[in-house]
Amino acid sequence: MNRYKEIFFHWLFVVLGFSALAFLLAITLLIFKEALPIFKHTPFWAFISGQFWYPTYEPPDFGILPLILASFLVTLGAVVVAAPLGIGTALYLTELAGRRQRAFLKPLLEILAGVPSVVYGFFGMVVLAPFFQKAFQLPTGLCALTASLTLGIMSIPFICSLVEDALSVVPRMFREASLALGANHWQTLTRVVIPAAGSGISTAVILGISRSIGETMTVLMVAGGAAVIPKSFLQPVRPMTATIAAEMAEAPFGSAHYHALFGIAAVLFVLTLIFNVLAEAVCQRFRQKLGSKL
Amino acid sequence: MKIKNLGLVLSWLLLGIGVGTSAGQEKIVITGSTTVLPIAQKAAEVFMSKHPQVKISVMGGGSGVGIASLIDGHCHIADSSRAMKASEIQKAQKKGVEPKAHVVALDGIAVIVHPSNPISSLTLQQVKDIYTGSISDWKQVGGPAAKIVVISRDTASGTYEAFGELALKKARVRPDALLQASNQAVASTVAKTPGAIGYVGLGYLGKEVKALPINSVLPSVETVLSGKYPISRPLFMYTNGTPTGNIKNFLDFVKSAEGQKLVEQDGFVPLK
Repeated sequence: MNRYKEIFFHWLFVVLGFSALAFLLAITLLIFKEALPIFKHTPFWAFISGQFWYPTYEPPDFGILPLILASFLVTLGAVVVAAPLGIGTALYLTELAGRRQRAFLKPLLEILAGVPSVVYGFFGMVVLAPFFQKAFQLPTGLCALTASLTLGIMSIPFICSLVEDALSVVPRMFREASLALGANHWQTLTRVVIPAAGSGISTAVILGISRSIGETMTVLMVAGGAAVIPKSFLQPVRPMTATIAAEMAEAPFGSAHYHALFGIAAVLFVLTLIFNVLAEAVCQRFRQKLGSKL
Repeated sequence: MKIKNLGLVLSWLLLGIGVGTSAGQEKIVITGSTTVLPIAQKAAEVFMSKHPQVKISVMGGGSGVGIASLIDGHCHIADSSRAMKASEIQKAQKKGVEPKAHVVALDGIAVIVHPSNPISSLTLQQVKDIYTGSISDWKQVGGPAAKIVVISRDTASGTYEAFGELALKKARVRPDALLQASNQAVASTVAKTPGAIGYVGLGYLGKEVKALPINSVLPSVETVLSGKYPISRPLFMYTNGTPTGNIKNFLDFVKSAEGQKLVEQDGFVPLK
């Protein structure tokens, strides 16, 4: 009887374990299957290098270069904001903060991580956008800078918690050895701990990028939405995710526009995949470097 | 606990199926334009309370989606804020669907600016030039020197397509126009941006934005109805062939005095 139970639970968990794989496969297949027809209409190269996005005109134009560049620009800005703040916060929490400060800061970060993205979007729209509009004398405050800053703030807790993990696996004896040799706290931090956790920190930043590039609601609300090749941070832009979110609901099922939106999704999927593979590769190196101590 | 929940869900499902197929109830499915949605929704509620044997389900999705689903036979009535395109009519006829248009209301698209903007009117040509990019400074239309922030809708919305046809004569909106995903979002962005210009349905006009007269005609119920206001459009419900039975009754109700009162309540222009 017990044996059957064991077999049952064994297979139950096998099925549960592989269900994630099944969902991933199904989603991937769906995206590429629905994306494929657009490349018959507009060749792949023309699709990703085209400068104009006019999906509902006769004849339509499906060029997503401005959308790709907008995604990169906004993400770059977000990382410039989030990486130093996220890494700094993590260093402070693991290396310097006392127990009471940590007990205070850690839950706050978790709350920041739990704020829904639409709330961040609202904050960017109502607080940041009017502020930048006045500060830089812009025609509109809904621009790449506002989107970057909002996304950056969103990514701080994410990057911070990954960096914390990376720092926590640096063996205690590294620090002790350094301190024992007469190095002070600062020297230990910059010359021993950070280099030892370097790959882990890089992984955190890369995963932060891959997350920011996929963020949708915030950029839809604050990036402005102009589908032109961005020339500066102070200009309205339209990232890929915002385009899909704004247009998918009204694109007739099976039309070229519908397939083009799936085309954007496929491009986004591949980009995110590249970043995740990169993060995994860097992470592998990190494990090898610290070798058997893990 | 798990099992109990499952049972609950299953019984709901069975109940749902039971209700759906219960004898004597007729189901009418309406899909399409988000502009027409509030009209269809309210009319359906009132109609159902009078005819409990009819169940009407109303969904949005956009004009294009509605028409596509009428062609595929997934709905009985397609809401649309624009007339069907030639390509759509062809597609319908290929599938043996004879689309018939019913005008259920009129809608004016107002051109709005920030209340502090000293511009007091624009011509339709100026609106077109601003939206297509040949005018980019308020100075060029008699205002102060300031860049015009052009605000448009997502390219799939019915308002965008109607505006494109009525005001822009199908010319392309300048690519750097800002995109907002709803009438409400356009209005609130214009209200917060001194140099902005935008367009919204008549129902979305408020004190926080200024509607401009176009060709010296202010958008209003009267001017849309008389056809004087240039950026106005009919709102449609499409059926497959001449409607019969309760579909006909529903459309008659929407067009009746009582239905048109609902149209007016939603900020649209009634037919009479």
